[in-house]
Amino acid sequence: MANSEPKSRRAFLKGAVATGGALAATSAARAQETPDPLITEVQPWASELGDGVDETPYGLPIHFESDVIRRNVPWLTADAISSVNFTPIHALDGTITPQGCAFERHHSGAIELAKPDYRLMINGLVDQPLVFTYEDLERFPRINRVFFCECAANTGMEWAGAQLNGAQFTHGMIHNMEYSGVPLRTLLEEAGVKPEGKWIYVEGADASSNGRSIPLEKALDDVLVAFKANGEALRKEQGYPVRLVVPGWEGNMWIKWLRRIEVLEGPVESREETSKYTDTLADGTSRKWTWVMDAKSVVTSPSPQAPITHGPGPLVITGLAWSGRGAISRVDVSKDGGKTWETARLANPGEPMALSRFYLDTTWDGKEMLLQARAMDETGYVQPTKAALREVRGENSIYHNNCIQTWWVKETGEAENVEVS
Amino acid sequence: MSKYRKLLIAGTILAASVTTPVLAEKLGLGRAALPDEIAAWNLDVSPGGAGLPDGSGSVTDGEEIFSERCAACHGEFAEGVGNWPKLAGGEGTLANKDPLKTVGSYWPYLSTVWDYVHRSMPFGEAQSLEPDQVYAITAYILYSNYLVDEDFVLSKDNFLDVGMLNADGFIVDHRETAEAHFWDAPCMEDCKNDVKITMHASVLDVTPDTVDDAIPAAAEAVPAAAPAEATDASQMAAADVIVTEVDPEVVAAGEKVFKKCKACHQIGDGAENKVGPELNGVVGRAAASIEGFKYSKPMIAAGEEGLVWTDETLTEYLADPRKFIKGTKMTFGGLKKAEDLHAIIAYLASVGS
Repeated sequence: MANSEPKSRRAFLKGAVATGGALAATSAARAQETPDPLITEVQPWASELGDGVDETPYGLPIHFESDVIRRNVPWLTADAISSVNFTPIHALDGTITPQGCAFERHHSGAIELAKPDYRLMINGLVDQPLVFTYEDLERFPRINRVFFCECAANTGMEWAGAQLNGAQFTHGMIHNMEYSGVPLRTLLEEAGVKPEGKWIYVEGADASSNGRSIPLEKALDDVLVAFKANGEALRKEQGYPVRLVVPGWEGNMWIKWLRRIEVLEGPVESREETSKYTDTLADGTSRKWTWVMDAKSVVTSPSPQAPITHGPGPLVITGLAWSGRGAISRVDVSKDGGKTWETARLANPGEPMALSRFYLDTTWDGKEMLLQARAMDETGYVQPTKAALREVRGENSIYHNNCIQTWWVKETGEAENVEVS
Repeated sequence: MSKYRKLLIAGTILAASVTTPVLAEKLGLGRAALPDEIAAWNLDVSPGGAGLPDGSGSVTDGEEIFSERCAACHGEFAEGVGNWPKLAGGEGTLANKDPLKTVGSYWPYLSTVWDYVHRSMPFGEAQSLEPDQVYAITAYILYSNYLVDEDFVLSKDNFLDVGMLNADGFIVDHRETAEAHFWDAPCMEDCKNDVKITMHASVLDVTPDTVDDAIPAAAEAVPAAAPAEATDASQMAAADVIVTEVDPEVVAAGEKVFKKCKACHQIGDGAENKVGPELNGVVGRAAASIEGFKYSKPMIAAGEEGLVWTDETLTEYLADPRKFIKGTKMTFGGLKKAEDLHAIIAYLASVGS
C-alpha cells in the first residue's frame, strides 16, 4: 500500500529537478538503464482480484485523488455557515465540474429540503397565482443546457494585490454543469404575467432567503428552473431539489432551494443587491445591477497548486475561459508577463455562457515564465489587465474582478501568484 | 458508403430537432395559491414601503431587543464582533482605501433593513421576530448611526421620512460605456518594454496550507462509509463507549438539533470559542469555566455559585436561556420540544468529552 500513496508535492518537485538536470537535450525518449519492475515483475493488481460490483453503490473518486477537494479560506468569513469554498480547478480538466467538488456558497447553511416538502409559488402581478409541487415541475417540457456559475466575488481577494497562492483560491468560485430543467418562461406563462409586471423577485426556502430581483426580460429569455445537474439530482449544497439557473449572471442570483417567484413593477432592492453585490468605485459611488460576469480566464496548470514536475521539454499549458456575454472566441497565452502573446487551442468551439477549456501545447526550456491567459468573447470583449481594471474601478469593488492573472513559474517548476508591472 | 450517408442524414435530423419546446397553451399544472399561503411567504418590502405591515417600535425598545437578540454578533452598539457585520459607523469612508460599509454609511434604502431583519435574522433563528420588534430593531440601528434621536419611534407611517446617507450613492451598471475600451483589439507583440514582478502572494502568506501539509492528511481520509471521527484511535474507542451507553439514533437526532446552535458554537475536533464557548465536554463541566471566553456577568456569577451543566440544568437552560440565566449573552430563544432537549443533551454528551 505504502508505495501507492501519492507523494507530497514537495517530493515530486525534488524528483522533477533531479530528472530535469539529468535530461539529455535530444528529442529521443529518455533512456532506461535497468528494467522497470512495474513491467518485469507481476504486480498484485495483475494477479489478485479487485472489488466486486457493489463495493460502492454510489462511487467516490479513487483515494489516490483525495486531494482533489473543495477548500475554504477560514479568515474570509465570520463562520463556515455563511461562507464559501472553492472548486479545485487546478486539478480538473475538460469543462464539466463534478457536483461533489463544485464550490459552495451559502448564506444560512445548506438545508435539507425533501421533494415531498417542496413547494414553488408564483405570485404578484400574474393572472393566477400558482403553487407547484416538485412532481408538477417534472411534468413541464424541459431542456438541457450547460452553463457556468461564478460567484461575483471570485478573485475578489486580489483587487488590492496578489493574495492567495493557488488557482483554486483565486478563481475557484466557479463551476460548470449541465442542467436539466424547465424554462422559467414556461412557468411564468402558466401563471400569466400582467402587462405592468417588469421584474421578478426570486427567493429560496432557507433561512437567508437570499432574495434577488431580476428584470422580466432576462427571466423570459434563458433562465431555467433546474432540478438536475450533470444528469443527477442537485446536491444538497447546490440547492436540492430545485435551483434557479441565470446564465452568464452572477452566482448570487442562482437562487438555491427556490421557493417563490414574485412578479413586480420594480426591484425589491434586497440586502443582496444593495449592501452586497454592488461595486464601489474609487470616488465612493457604487455600481448596482452589475449582473453580467465579464469575460475571464485563468491558467489552471501549471499553477501554484499544480507545479511542473517533469523538467524541460514538452509541456501542456491549460486553463479555463468563460464569458457572461456569450461564447469564448479566443484565448491568448503569454509566457513573459504580457509582452508577447500566442493564441491557444480551444478544446471545443465556445458555447454561450459556458466554460471553455484551452490548451497551449508547448516546449518548456526550463527557464522561469510569467504565465498569463487572456480571454476574448464573441462580442469582442478582451479580458483586461488588473491595472486597466483599477484605472476604471479603483481597488474597492470587491466583486467582478476579471483581471488577467499572472503565475510566476520558476526554474524548479514551482509557481507563485504574483502581480507584474 | 451507404451506411455513412445514413449516419449523415440521421445527424441532420438530430440537429434539426434540438430546439426549445414551445407550448401552444397552458398545461393546467399546479394549483391556485391561497390568500393565506401568499400572505405567509410574500414578505418582501420594497423601497416605496410596499409590503410593510402595521406596527411601530421605539429606539428604547429596540436597544433592549438588540442587546438580547443581535448584540452577540453585531455588538451592543451595532459595531460588530469579530468578522460579523458592523451595522454602524463608516460615514464618509466610501472613497477611502478600506471603506466601512454599514447601514449608516452604505445602505441606500431603509426598506432593505426592515426586510432583511424580518426575514433572515437573527442568524439561526430567522423569522422569529414580530413586526413591532423589527420596527424597534430598525429604529435602534438608525439611532446607532446617528440618523434619528433617542426618543424616535419608527412606524409604517413615518418610514419613508427617514433619510439614508448613501441614498444617492449608486449608479446603474455602466460597464459598456465606462469600459468600452475593453472591447478594443488586443496587442499580440511588443506589448510592453519591461515586465517586473511588483507583488508576491507569498509575502502576505494568507493562503491555507494545502500544498504540502494538507495533501498527505487528505490522502489518509477514510472512505465515506466509515464514521468521520474514526481517523483517530482514541476517538474510535470513545465512540465505542458511547454506543453502549446511549441510543445512537437519539445522538443523531441531537446532532440535527445542534444545527440551531452551530452559528455560534463549535464542538468536536479542534472546536474553538466563537460567538459562544466551545462545547467539548460541556455535560458535567462547571458553568463559565472555559478559559479565554468572555462570559456574561450573570453566567460568571452562576459558575461561581457552583452551577454545573448536567442533564437537568442544561434541560432547563436550553428550554428558555434568558429565563434560567437572566442576562446571558446567549441570544437563542430556546428549544420547545422535550425530545429535542433530550436529543441535544445526548449529542453534547457524546462529542469530544
